[in-house]
Amino acid sequence: MSPGQKTPSDVIAPAAPPAQVDERLRKTSIVTEAMRRPELGAIAGLIVVLIFFLFTASPTMFTLSGVMTILAPASQLGILAIAAALLMIGGEFDLSIGSMIAFAGLAFAAALVNAHWPLPVAIVATMVFAAIVGAINGQLVIQTRLPSFIVTLAFLFILRGLTLVGLKFATGGSTQLRGVDDVVQGDLVKSLFSGVAFQGFFSWLASNNLIDKFDNGVPKVSGVPVSILWFIGFAIVATWILLRTRVGNWIYASGGDPNAARNSGVPVSRVKTGLFMLTACAAALVAILTVLDAGSTDARRGVQKEFEAIIAAVIGGCLLTGGYGSAIGAFIGAIIFGVVSIGLTYTSFDSDWFQVFLGAMLLMAVLFNNYIRRKVTGER
Amino acid sequence: MSDASAKGPAPLIEVRNIVKHFGSVIALSGVSLSVGGGEVHCLLGDNGAGKSTLIKTLAGVHRPTSGDYLVEGKPVSFANPRNALDAGIATVYQDLAMIPLMSVTRNFFMGREPVVGTTPFKRIDFNFANSVTREEMHRIGIDVRDPHQAVGTLSGGERQCVAIARAVYFGAKVLILDEPTSALGVAQTSMVLKYIHLVRQKGLGVIFITHNVRHAYAAGDRFTVLNRGKTLGTYVKAEIPMDDLQNLMAGGKELQQISSELGGTV
Repeated sequence: MSPGQKTPSDVIAPAAPPAQVDERLRKTSIVTEAMRRPELGAIAGLIVVLIFFLFTASPTMFTLSGVMTILAPASQLGILAIAAALLMIGGEFDLSIGSMIAFAGLAFAAALVNAHWPLPVAIVATMVFAAIVGAINGQLVIQTRLPSFIVTLAFLFILRGLTLVGLKFATGGSTQLRGVDDVVQGDLVKSLFSGVAFQGFFSWLASNNLIDKFDNGVPKVSGVPVSILWFIGFAIVATWILLRTRVGNWIYASGGDPNAARNSGVPVSRVKTGLFMLTACAAALVAILTVLDAGSTDARRGVQKEFEAIIAAVIGGCLLTGGYGSAIGAFIGAIIFGVVSIGLTYTSFDSDWFQVFLGAMLLMAVLFNNYIRRKVTGER
Repeated sequence: MSDASAKGPAPLIEVRNIVKHFGSVIALSGVSLSVGGGEVHCLLGDNGAGKSTLIKTLAGVHRPTSGDYLVEGKPVSFANPRNALDAGIATVYQDLAMIPLMSVTRNFFMGREPVVGTTPFKRIDFNFANSVTREEMHRIGIDVRDPHQAVGTLSGGERQCVAIARAVYFGAKVLILDEPTSALGVAQTSMVLKYIHLVRQKGLGVIFITHNVRHAYAAGDRFTVLNRGKTLGTYVKAEIPMDDLQNLMAGGKELQQISSELGGTV
């Protein structure tokens, strides 16, 4: 029988049980399967970027100390990016996280220096304070039904302005608050938020000639900066929450279609408020890390971090429309960010190419994400 | 006219003389309707007849301005859709309450995820959820290749069936289906109608909203026609031929005229 011909039974038998395999469904290959993962684009991007620097950068970039130099700033951005990614999956933006870093930094430093609170109390208070600001953000967005873009843009300025005013008030006219080092000296809690970890292990590695060391036997890299550990820990917890818990399902649902989610009994308002609190707390954590590292805070902390965090999240596969993305993607997105921004200094290129690179990367990521989204939903 | 439930047990849900005003707009002016177990009651009406207002009232979205709402003979007043759901009245809305980007399993259990483990490590029981989803889909006759596949990859009819299956699985006694077939092709429609039939056989009551008389006639036991916020009547299938139902719904003559001009039934 020629393929064009139809037997009568082909035409009249729609009620017959369908064949076990729908012939219109292509067999999904492992590649297609992998494409369903939101972070695939980020992994591909990271590989491309690494190959680029492998050929152009000086080999010191890929030594242990080079890697740490890249990861340290990436980790701070990454903590923000993961929180921003969760919020974006939940269908909202937070443009105030950069200002929140400065604001929380002020609150934290003032609690230590001006109010003389013990470090653990100051840390908890800063977190609670940030959570409250985040909750206000979230409630405003939910109650007014305004786009979170506008509400948090307002807070970008409000918090930045409050930080300036507050800093001048706390210091008597300066926009920098110093003296944090003196009051937290020797506090055990400090080592959780500042400095490096695994020093013993790194000395041991150095003494066995496994890593580079100075002539006096001190390893060139004395340990892993704690911010990197926070970064990795947060990525693991966030991924687990997203993929394995009810809250994770609610986050996807709230971002995917808030009405449908609400109809199905998902507490959308609570989920979104919680996510705003999370981004604010992530900003506060970054503030604490940086204030303790630098021993001071100033009004310019965290400028443009909100955009960098969102860019990292988008590079990591988050859709701007919500409902899709991953924490691992944001994790990788932040690393790409660090690799490019720091990596350029290891090359002969002008490091100002960074912004061009970043913009191009963002554009490619958005196009790629949209393509993937259509794939996932079978073009709709 | 008939009242099939008069002799038997109290109908699953019944409304009497429901009136609903929105400000100066009278959306419903005295509508009565009942549905018993194992019955498909079709609610017909053209656009603006008040179908949506009525089902939203039944679903607990709106509260009636006046009139009685009884569930299994007892008067109720639902403050929100959640209350209605808890009473076993599940509504499958036209927009489906499905999230295309999420997997079939995640959608199926959305808002009611089964969990295992103790508090800090409490997590969704995906083994259970996936197996239930696969089983339930199999029961409808949808071969879910993979419960992880996104709902967006399912056809409209399949999605509608998943939404219905979800409501049934979570213990609905009455299903309110808001135009489940209006956006579907022929094969998909028959798939949904077949599934509605299956649900009826399980003893659930179904309120099937449509403006397609053919679909209504294929699936329904009784028909209530709404027009301008009023009931034009309730008929059992044996009492009324399809053409009469069509004319009743469209408000009579005009449609007949158009129909004959076009040389067939509309």
